[in-house]
Amino acid sequence: MTAAILSALLGHWRRNPLQLLTLMVGLALATALWSGVQAINEQARSSYDAAAATIGEASYSQITAQDGGPIPQQTYIALRRAGWAVSPVVEGRLDTIRIVGLEPLTAPRDLGPVRLGNGVDLGDFLSGAGQIFARPDTLARLPQTGAALQPTPDVAPNTALTDIGVAQLLLERFDQIDRLIVLPDQPITQQPLAQIAPELIQTDPQQGGEVAQLTESFHLNLTAFGLLSFAVGLFIVHGAIGLAFEQRRPMVRTLRALGAPLVRLIALMAVELAALALIAGALGVALGYLIAAALLPDVAATLRGLYGADLSGELSLRPSWWLSGLAIALGGTAVAAFGALWSLARMPLLSGAQPRAWVMARQGSGMAFAAIMLLGLAAALGIWGTGIVAGFVMLGALLIGGALVLPPFLSLLLRLAEGQARAPITQWFWADTRQQLPGLSLALMALLLAMSANVGVSTMVSSFRLTFVGFLDQRLASELYVSAESAAQADAILAVAEDKADVVLPLLWVDRLVAGQPAQIYAARDHATYRENWKFLHAVPDAWDRLARGDGVLINEQLYRRTELDLGSEITIIPGRTLPVLGVYGDYGNPIGQVIVTEPLFSEAYPEVRALRFGLRVGPDKVAPLRDALRTDAGLGDAAITDQSTIKAMSLAVFERTFTVTAALNALTLAVAGFAILMSLLTLAAMRLPQLAPVWALGLTRRKLALLDLLRAVVLAALTATLALPLGLALSWALLAVVNVEAFGWKLPMYLFPLDYLRLGGLTLVAAALAALWPAWKLARTPPTQLLGVFRNER
Amino acid sequence: MSARLLAFLLLLPVQAVAQGFAGLGTTADGFTNPVRGTALEFPADHGAHPSYRIEWWYLTANMTGPDNITYGLQWTLFRSALAPEDGQGWDTPQLWMGHAAITTPDAHYVAERLARGGVGQAGVEVSPFRAWIDDWIMQGPNLDQLKVTASGTDFAFDMGLRAQGPLVLHGQGGYSVKSAAGQASYYYSQPFFDLSGTLTLPEGDVAVTGQAWLDREWSSQPLAEDQQGWDWFSLSFDSGDKLMGFVLRGSSNFTAGTWITATGQTTALPDGAFTAAPLGWHGVAGRDVPIIWQVTLPERNLDVVVSAMNPDAWMTTSVPYWEGPVTVTGSHSGIGYLEMTGYEND
Repeated sequence: MTAAILSALLGHWRRNPLQLLTLMVGLALATALWSGVQAINEQARSSYDAAAATIGEASYSQITAQDGGPIPQQTYIALRRAGWAVSPVVEGRLDTIRIVGLEPLTAPRDLGPVRLGNGVDLGDFLSGAGQIFARPDTLARLPQTGAALQPTPDVAPNTALTDIGVAQLLLERFDQIDRLIVLPDQPITQQPLAQIAPELIQTDPQQGGEVAQLTESFHLNLTAFGLLSFAVGLFIVHGAIGLAFEQRRPMVRTLRALGAPLVRLIALMAVELAALALIAGALGVALGYLIAAALLPDVAATLRGLYGADLSGELSLRPSWWLSGLAIALGGTAVAAFGALWSLARMPLLSGAQPRAWVMARQGSGMAFAAIMLLGLAAALGIWGTGIVAGFVMLGALLIGGALVLPPFLSLLLRLAEGQARAPITQWFWADTRQQLPGLSLALMALLLAMSANVGVSTMVSSFRLTFVGFLDQRLASELYVSAESAAQADAILAVAEDKADVVLPLLWVDRLVAGQPAQIYAARDHATYRENWKFLHAVPDAWDRLARGDGVLINEQLYRRTELDLGSEITIIPGRTLPVLGVYGDYGNPIGQVIVTEPLFSEAYPEVRALRFGLRVGPDKVAPLRDALRTDAGLGDAAITDQSTIKAMSLAVFERTFTVTAALNALTLAVAGFAILMSLLTLAAMRLPQLAPVWALGLTRRKLALLDLLRAVVLAALTATLALPLGLALSWALLAVVNVEAFGWKLPMYLFPLDYLRLGGLTLVAAALAALWPAWKLARTPPTQLLGVFRNER
Repeated sequence: MSARLLAFLLLLPVQAVAQGFAGLGTTADGFTNPVRGTALEFPADHGAHPSYRIEWWYLTANMTGPDNITYGLQWTLFRSALAPEDGQGWDTPQLWMGHAAITTPDAHYVAERLARGGVGQAGVEVSPFRAWIDDWIMQGPNLDQLKVTASGTDFAFDMGLRAQGPLVLHGQGGYSVKSAAGQASYYYSQPFFDLSGTLTLPEGDVAVTGQAWLDREWSSQPLAEDQQGWDWFSLSFDSGDKLMGFVLRGSSNFTAGTWITATGQTTALPDGAFTAAPLGWHGVAGRDVPIIWQVTLPERNLDVVVSAMNPDAWMTTSVPYWEGPVTVTGSHSGIGYLEMTGYEND
C-alpha cells in the first residue's frame, strides 16, 4: 500500500517536472541566500573571537589609563613591585596591520593562540630581532623588520603577534604600554591600585569588545537581508507547494476512495516533502557557500575600511552551516506546506476537489487587516522606538505589511480600472487580470519586496555617497598633506612650507576617553580654511570666534549622539578645565568620537604632542613645485606626501566597497523575484486554459491572447511598482534616519533620485515582461486541439 | 653545594634525562666557565654574573612557631641567561625566576614568578644589597642583615635575618666540582643566619623564629651530560656543626660536600666521602621520591637518618622538584633542608 501511494505521489512530479524544478530551485535559492549570509557573519564573528583571544580582552580583566592614553612602562614595574600580577600589552598599526606586543613571561599561560612552550621556543621569541607570528597573508604584507616571520593560522586576521620589546621598536612606542592584563590569581598581599597608580582603572573582561559592538550592526544588516531573501524564497516555495497539492487533490481523493488511510497519506506526503527539502537545502548550502566565498573579500574590505575590524578573507566550511541551512530549509518547507496538508486532511472524501478553490480561497480581509496592523506598528516604532532592534523590527514590519497590503491594493486598482472600461475586450482583460491576481500575488509580493529593497538601498547608497563627497570636499581643503617621521623632519617641512606654501595647518591630536567614549582630541588653528569649509549640524552663534578665543569646543556627531552632550554642555577635555560645546559637525565614516579645541589650548594641555602631520594650502599651480621642494629639501618620500585628490579617491574607494555586498544581495533578491513570477505564470498557464478557451472560441487569436498576457504581466508589475516606490522610500528613511543612527552614530540626510527610481521601475517592468515572455510564447503556440479539448474535458 | 642546580628552565622543558636536568647538561656557547683558583671577591660577587649562564640566591629556613610547630621556608631567585650579555630594556637575554614556599607539617604552599631583566622588574644590586623579583625582596645594608618577603595566592612571609657567622666557601675556595669530568661552579654559603618574622597562612599569621641558610652559586655548565638530577642536603646539628653534601646521579654517582664547624671552619669532602642512600620512598605528583635517607660521613663518625618533615613538599613550579625541611636522628641530631631533582614520572 505504502509503495503504491508513494508511486502515485512521485508520479505527480514525473508529470510536472517544472513544478519540481520550481520547488527545488526556490528552496535552494532561499536557503543559499540565508546560509550564505550566515556563513559570512559566522566567519566574521569567529575572526573577532580570535582577535579578542589574542589580547585576552574576552577572558581577563584589563587595566587601562582613565584618560585612554598610554601607560608609562615604569607604572607597570611599580604595579609588579606592589604585588600586582599583571602583564603588559602594547599595540598599534604598522601599515594597517595590527601589531600586538606581549610579554610572555608574565602573560597568562593560555593567552593568545600562540602558546609559548607549546612548540614555540621562548628563547627564539625573546632573543635578537625576535619573532612575529601571523597568518601567511598578513606576514606577506608586513614591512621588512628583521624579525623572523612565523606563519601560523591561529592568530587573528591582519594581526601580528610579537614580543613587547619588538612591538615597541616597530611602533616607536618606547617605554609605553597600552594596557595591562590582570591575571586571575593575585597574591594575598597587594597595595590598592588607587594608591600606586590613581590614573589607571581596572575593567572586567569584555564580552565582545569595541570592534565587535560596532560591526554587530553591520552583521545585523546582513542578517536582515538574508532573512528578506529567505522570505522571498519562501514565497516561491509556498506557491509551488500549494500548487502541487492543489493539483493532487483529485489524486488524493482517488487514493482515499481506493482505501488509502488518510494518516498514512499525509505522513507519506510529509516525508516526500522533507526529502525534497533536504536535497534542496543541501544544494542551497553549497550554493550559499559559493555566494559567501564570492562576497567575503568585499565584506572583509568593507569592515576593515569602515571600522578597522579585521576579518579573514578565507572561508572555512563549518558543520554548523550545513545543519542550520538544512534546518531552515526543512522549517521553511514545513511552514509553507502546513496549510496545504491541513486543508488536505480536512478535505471531505467526496468533495469536488476543485483546484480553483485554492486560488480563490486566498482572498480575504484577514490579510488586509494584518497589513494595516503591521504598517501601524512600523509607524509607531518610527515615532517612538529606540535602539537598533526597534529599527530592524520596524524595517520588518514595513516590509511584511507592505507585502500583505499588495493584493488588496491591486484588487482595488483593478476593480477601479474595470469600472472605467467600456470595450468588451478591455473589460474582460481587467476582470481576467483580477481573477488571476490571487495566483500571482505571491510572486508579485516577492517582486514588491525586491523592488522596494532596491529603492531603499539605492536611496541610502546614493544619499551616502552624495553626503560623503560633499563632506570630503569640506574636510580635505588643503592641497597637500604631509607626514614627518621625526621632529627634525617636521622642522624641515615647516622651513620649506614657510617659503613655498600659503598656509600651514598642523594636525595635532591625542587619543582620550571623552564622556566615557573613545575619542580623539584635535587641535584646530584659527584659519579661514576651517571657517569656510566646515559646516555645522548645530552650532551656537559665532561658534568659530568663540572656539578661537578658547571659550569652548566642537564635537562630532558621533559623540553628540552617543552621549548626553548637547550645545552648551560642559565637557572636561583638559584636566581641571570644563568647556562648553559650541557646535556639532558631521564626521561621516569615523567610528569614534572627536573633539576639536583651539590650538593654544591644546598645546597648553598636551605640550608633549608635536605636530608630525600638516595640511598645506597653496595655489593649484604651485602644488607641483611645493611637492618637489618637500622631496628635495625636507627629504620626504612620496609615501609621506599625499595630495587631496588621492585621499579623496582612496576614501571614496573604501565607501564604494562598503555597499558592494548589499548591492550584490539586492540583485540576487530581484533575480529570485523574477524567477518567482516566471514560475507562477508557467504553472498558472495550464490552469488558465479553461478560462482562455471560451475567449479564443469567441474569436480572439492565440497571438492576441499571448500579447494580452504579456501586457498583463507588465501592468501588474507597474501597479506593484507604484506601491514599491513609497514602500522603498519608507524603507530608506528607516535605514538612514533610524538604523544608521543606531548602528553608526550619525544621521544621513536623505536625497531623492527620481531618475534612479524610474530606471528601477523600468527594470522591474522588463523583469516582469521577460518572466512573462516564455509563458506567452507557449500560449501563442498552444495547439488549437488543446483549447478545444477544454470543452470536451471539463473536470 | 651542589645542587642547587635547579633549574631554570623556562625554556627547556624538562626532558631532563636526555640532556641532564632541565637542560643543564647542554653546552654553553659563549658563556664564561668557572676557573679553578679564582678568588671570590665580596661584596661584588653577591651580585649577578651576567656572563655565566645560570645563577641563584637560594634561602632555606627551619623555623618554630608558638606551639612548637615546625615550619620550613624557601625564597629563591634564579637568573638564566639566553646569551652571555646584559642588554637594555626588554631586549635583554637575562631572565629571572622566583620560587617561594612555606612548608608546614601538613601543607606546602608554593608560588613562582618570572621576569625579564633590563626593565626593573627583577635584578640584584650589591650595595646596599637588594635582590628582587616583583614584590619579592631580599634586601639589607649588606649580606649580614637581610629582610626577606614573598607572597603567593595563599601565603606570604616577612622575615628578618641576621648572620651569626662568616661566609663559607665550598670546594676549593669557592670552586665546586660537579662531576668526574670536571664540570664546576662557583659556590659559597651563609649558613649561620638567625631568623625571626611572620608567616601569613590561610589560618592566620604565625610568629616564628629559627635558622636560615643562604646559598650562592653560578656557573655555565654545572652538570655532566649523563647526570639526571641530584639529592642535596644542608644539615645543622645540635652541636653547632653543619654539613652540606650532595649526590649527583648519573651513570656513576658523584658526591661532594663541606663539613662546617660551629665557627665556620670548612673541610671540603672529596668524591665518595659523603654518602646518602634512600631508606624510604613516597609517592608524590605521580612519581616516587625518597623521603627517608641514610646519610654517612665516616671520617666524622656520622651515621644519621634524615627524614622529611612533610613528604609532600613538592614544588609545583615550571620545573617541578622536591624541596622541604628535614629532621636528623642517629649519631648526630638536628634539622636541615633537602632538595631532590630529576625524579621522573612513573
